Amino acid sequence: MTATFLILAAITIAGTVAAMAMRNLVHCVLALTLGFAGLAALYLQLGAQFVGLTQVLVYVGAVAILAVFVIMMTQKPAQTTESIFSSFWLTGSLIAALVFAVLGWAIYSSRLTSAIVSPHVEAAVRPIGDALMHRFVLPLEIMGLLLTAALIGAVVVAIQEKRGSA
Amino acid sequence: MSSLTSYLLVSALIFSIGLAGALTRRSAILVLIGIELMLNAANLNFIAFWRYGPNPQALTGVMFAIFSIGIAAAEAAVGLGIVLAVYRHSKTTELDQMNSMKG
Amino acid sequence: MHSAIQQADQIFVALQHRVAGYLPVKFQSIADVILSVIAIVLVFAFLFAVTTVLERKGLGRIQNRYGPNRVGPAGFFQPLADGVKSLTKEDLVPRAADQAVHFMAPVLLVIAAFLAYAVLPVGRNMVLADLNAGVLFFFAVGTLVELAVFMAGWSSRNKYSLLGAMRAIAQMISYEVPLVLASIVVIMAAGSLSTVSIVNMQTGYSGIWPHWFVLTPWGFAGFNLFMIAATAESNRSPFDLPEGESEIIAGYYIEYSGFKFALFFLGEYLGMFATSGLAITLFLGGWAAPFSFLTWIPSYLWFFAKLLLMIAIFIWIRGTLPRLRMDQLMNFAWQFMLPMTLINVFAAGVWHFMPGGVIRWLVCAVLLIVPAVLLSRGLKQGKKFEARTYRFAE
Repeated sequence: MTATFLILAAITIAGTVAAMAMRNLVHCVLALTLGFAGLAALYLQLGAQFVGLTQVLVYVGAVAILAVFVIMMTQKPAQTTESIFSSFWLTGSLIAALVFAVLGWAIYSSRLTSAIVSPHVEAAVRPIGDALMHRFVLPLEIMGLLLTAALIGAVVVAIQEKRGSA
Repeated sequence: MSSLTSYLLVSALIFSIGLAGALTRRSAILVLIGIELMLNAANLNFIAFWRYGPNPQALTGVMFAIFSIGIAAAEAAVGLGIVLAVYRHSKTTELDQMNSMKG
Repeated sequence: MHSAIQQADQIFVALQHRVAGYLPVKFQSIADVILSVIAIVLVFAFLFAVTTVLERKGLGRIQNRYGPNRVGPAGFFQPLADGVKSLTKEDLVPRAADQAVHFMAPVLLVIAAFLAYAVLPVGRNMVLADLNAGVLFFFAVGTLVELAVFMAGWSSRNKYSLLGAMRAIAQMISYEVPLVLASIVVIMAAGSLSTVSIVNMQTGYSGIWPHWFVLTPWGFAGFNLFMIAATAESNRSPFDLPEGESEIIAGYYIEYSGFKFALFFLGEYLGMFATSGLAITLFLGGWAAPFSFLTWIPSYLWFFAKLLLMIAIFIWIRGTLPRLRMDQLMNFAWQFMLPMTLINVFAAGVWHFMPGGVIRWLVCAVLLIVPAVLLSRGLKQGKKFEARTYRFAE
């Protein structure tokens, strides 16, 4: 465990906690992008350059911007003073804490994680492309189909019907 | 504590934060974001297991993460589209107030 | 290569190693990086200063006026005066603004703009980071600009700045798709995402002619599509709706003054230089000389000569073309740019699998020209181009 890892992990967790706890929705999304960027840096540190850069491209460039657009279109200008959490927030946080406790216990007690030696590996782009075009070509095609369907579906769901025509 | 363990712990923490957000926030947009965070935690696990796993040349973890990012993008697009559509009907994105099935 | 020529070519690399060599071995790699960063920041900030005065003088000539001509010889010290002015101006922040986000937006913009230069090879062996996925890095960093623009527009609490930011983001997202698709043809041909190996692919010569990707049908089409998309990405005229002064005052940075405004200005120009630099790297052979008998000129000079040429074209376009309307802009992106880039990817594939010769040229050219003509006719359909009557202008 190095200093770089600790700093990146701290940034990521701080970003995600802020994203889930802040009052202003736009602040939440901005904190979220910090969390996503921290995750991307963790991927880079693990040697998965392609995944890390894709993470920035997709999450910061697309998902966060999309969320911001939806917030702009739906948020009322008046600031609400009521709670940002729902009525069953206590149950929800208890469940989350329980899940974390179980996961942490499982990770600590497993014998697998303590025995592995770590050779230096890096995922170069060329092997990834080869794998996508040979071993994983069917998932890739399905992925393309899914994304097309999602694109059309999102447009159909979100498009504003003109009054009288529908 | 080995490197893999620390990555797994960070991932578990992110997952729990995402879960807590998805379960407790009132805004539908933030619930979606919480789900995205949980997916991201899974991605971090895939990459960590790929890096410290027995056969990193096979790139299975990396592939899984790439496909997972694609799925997450599709999910975000459709999910946020639904939030918009619901907003048009009920004029709110607060989940507490979406308590009627009638449009 | 002759040794004197080689020395002139590698003089900056040698200088960097000389300076870093004075330090203990442990710090040398870090010193190398820091020196490169300092060099990039200084050179491109200087280029920004030169470009502002050149642009104002060039636009002045196009619009039949002088442009700046008071400070220094022929007005060339104007950037200094501008700098002093922006530093001494009062830094106003609206009372309702979101202070922290308002402050972070220009900083993020400039950082994102400078990060993009990390993967641009400005000369032989002159690149900060030869990343395995360099082109992807460039586009990933480019998305940070969108975020910075949104932060600026939203945090100002001004309806014009918010409108400008929304326009800018919609435009940037729409044109990012053709931008990436236009560069995919080069990645297909080079078989690499690394900017350094893409340039190395283009350094050969047939006779005196270089192996630049722009000298193929798909490369030429790709270069033009890339430049159109890059103009839109960097919010330059004729795609400058996000900051159209006559419609929404100045777009997302109305509420910025003094040094922060200067940072926005800097970030915008740096973005333009960076996308031009990527176009040069992908299509125009990077630092390679245009003819085989000109290789004795140092590589970095070629890169900057090409960059200045691109900047000149940008200024020329800005002085010539009027601004588009929002719906025209979106229609152009989705109905012309997107199909054309997809067809271009197909044409590059055909080129790759056909035997070399004239037939390959003809087939690829037809594959590209016919859809371009049909698509532009389709865009024009149902629209009459007649003399306009200006109801309010008389």
